[in-house]
Amino acid sequence: MNDIVISTFAGAIRAGTPLLFATLGEILAERSGVLNLGLEGMMLMGAFTGFSISYITGNLWLAVLAAILVGGLMASLHAFMSITLRINQVVSGLALVFLGQGLSGFWGNAYVGMQANSFQNLKIPLLGDIPYIGPIVFNRDILVYIGYISVPVIWWFLYKTTAGMNLRAVGEAPDAADARGINVILTRYLYTIIGGFFSGLAGAYISLAYTPMWVQNMTAGRGWIAVALVIFAIWDPVIALIGAYAFGGISVLQFSFQILQVPIPVNIMNMFPYIFTVFVMLFASSNRIKKLFGAPSALGVPYSREEKT
Amino acid sequence: MKIKFEKKSTKPSKVSIFLSSLISILIALVFLGFIILSLGDDPFEAYWQLVSWAMGTVPGLIQSLVSMMPLLFTSLGVLIAFKMKLWNIGAEGQFQMGAFAATWGALYLFPNIHNPWVMIPLLMILGAAFGAFWGFLPGIMRAYLGVNEILSTLMLNYVAIYWVNYLTYGPWKGPGSYNFPITAKFPQSAILPQYGSGGLNFGIIISIIMAFFVLYLVKYTKFGFHLEIAGDNLRAGEYAGVNVKKLIILAMVIGGAISGIGGMAEMSGVLFRLQPNFSPGYGYTAVIIAWLARLDPIATIVVSFFFGVLLVGSQQLQLFMQIPSSLINAFNGILLFSLLASEVFMRYRIKVVRS
Repeated sequence: MNDIVISTFAGAIRAGTPLLFATLGEILAERSGVLNLGLEGMMLMGAFTGFSISYITGNLWLAVLAAILVGGLMASLHAFMSITLRINQVVSGLALVFLGQGLSGFWGNAYVGMQANSFQNLKIPLLGDIPYIGPIVFNRDILVYIGYISVPVIWWFLYKTTAGMNLRAVGEAPDAADARGINVILTRYLYTIIGGFFSGLAGAYISLAYTPMWVQNMTAGRGWIAVALVIFAIWDPVIALIGAYAFGGISVLQFSFQILQVPIPVNIMNMFPYIFTVFVMLFASSNRIKKLFGAPSALGVPYSREEKT
Repeated sequence: MKIKFEKKSTKPSKVSIFLSSLISILIALVFLGFIILSLGDDPFEAYWQLVSWAMGTVPGLIQSLVSMMPLLFTSLGVLIAFKMKLWNIGAEGQFQMGAFAATWGALYLFPNIHNPWVMIPLLMILGAAFGAFWGFLPGIMRAYLGVNEILSTLMLNYVAIYWVNYLTYGPWKGPGSYNFPITAKFPQSAILPQYGSGGLNFGIIISIIMAFFVLYLVKYTKFGFHLEIAGDNLRAGEYAGVNVKKLIILAMVIGGAISGIGGMAEMSGVLFRLQPNFSPGYGYTAVIIAWLARLDPIATIVVSFFFGVLLVGSQQLQLFMQIPSSLINAFNGILLFSLLASEVFMRYRIKVVRS
């Protein structure tokens, strides 16, 4: 029984890690005022790039770096479309998903069924020996640890640094930010691309640590769940962490249920994360809550000094 | 140096819209060529394989029409919501629910109905009802709770897909399926009229009739008029006395019903058995088709046929050049980007200012 408890919670963290990365990245992008719905596409390209580079070079860190860069590259396309050309960010994000699905499926076809180097668990001394918490939290792979660290770092950055304040200003009141001498366009480019870095990393985690292989469309909607998580987290990195691991927990529940022989068919359990997302949205999206906590006011609105819409 | 956008005073003409769509397709095709080249294949041979059989032969043309049908239904389904800038990405799930409902009816609900004149309409109503229900859920959540419809429709797509998986792997696995996840074959009474052996079926005709029905709906009814107002400006719509909440739900329900009928037609007209992955993502391609057709139901017929050709052509690519058919997804993405960009160039005059 202990084993099941530990493996369920550990699984929740593992399954939650890609969600966490993608959500954190999207929080930064949306805080700057750019809505990027293309997470699914960027994650898929990250997953494919990470896996293929690991397969070719055997170098895991190079693989992760390449995945991050590819995520950023895709995000810069979205940035150009939505910030410079000022086209509809929703449709541009969708296009990014199609592009990522298509390219990763196309180029990835040659890697189906292959094996590549992947991240192994790295037990942290002392902390890893704490009963329950040790094996769940501190005997994971290094990317999970990077996930832990990212949350306070981003929180500190957002709320305690000038750069973070500028970022929030650009998303809340671009006019005022502009008047204070902040470069709105540049800021938005920067954080949209950084958001892409995180999505690329999220994808790499899936193909290099979570399920070390390449399968077409292997992100299975996690990019979309992350978009929902941003709303659930009301654009806060700490709540994002809770949300991501909670969702991770739901998606690994089926493995524990199988061991416990709970008579729910696998395909029904596979629906849980998606149904749960809808339920979460039901609560998180209500206009009342939105008004209370506030989405970035200028989210999804292109900025132009000359033309006010 | 700075880039400046000046809004053009005139609205783009029909000709310039058509030309810009054509240019967008060309741009996407050029990029497609480079992607094909990246695997070391000859892009010109690939272009040839993409269209030669699908458009140059009678069986190919028939196949393209057969592929057009689900695309047309789902495109019409999303088009209605798009009119009011409601991002219904749920055609895939609505389509699958329609297919599920038709299978349910044909195999389990009405085993004693042997008259196709009774059976087919019943299945169609069933398909429409379940498709509509799958549109109603995100619709009501959007209307009354402000739940983002993109996310809810997408999530419901996954739920529908797993629902079909559950049934076909589990309780509905047919006799004699050799343990493959596939249901029993539809009885003769549940099969739409077939013409010849190439797959040509009555569903194609229904899909085209549906396009004219949607044209009527959006152009000549109060509902269509309200969609138009709400699409221009939601708040203005409210002032003009449009019940926006009701309109959102209605647009989602009608769109869902049309996609659901598409799922029914795919079952009764083409496949006759439910199985996992029976749709190569028709409902997603529909988003691009509707956009490329500029939300015009009649143009949607033409564009759907074009994408039917691409779909059949991409199967040829896979067969003869071993080029993965997910290439089409990449093409869709690039096409959507170039369409969006062309929109900008049509509506704005772009100047580079040296400062």
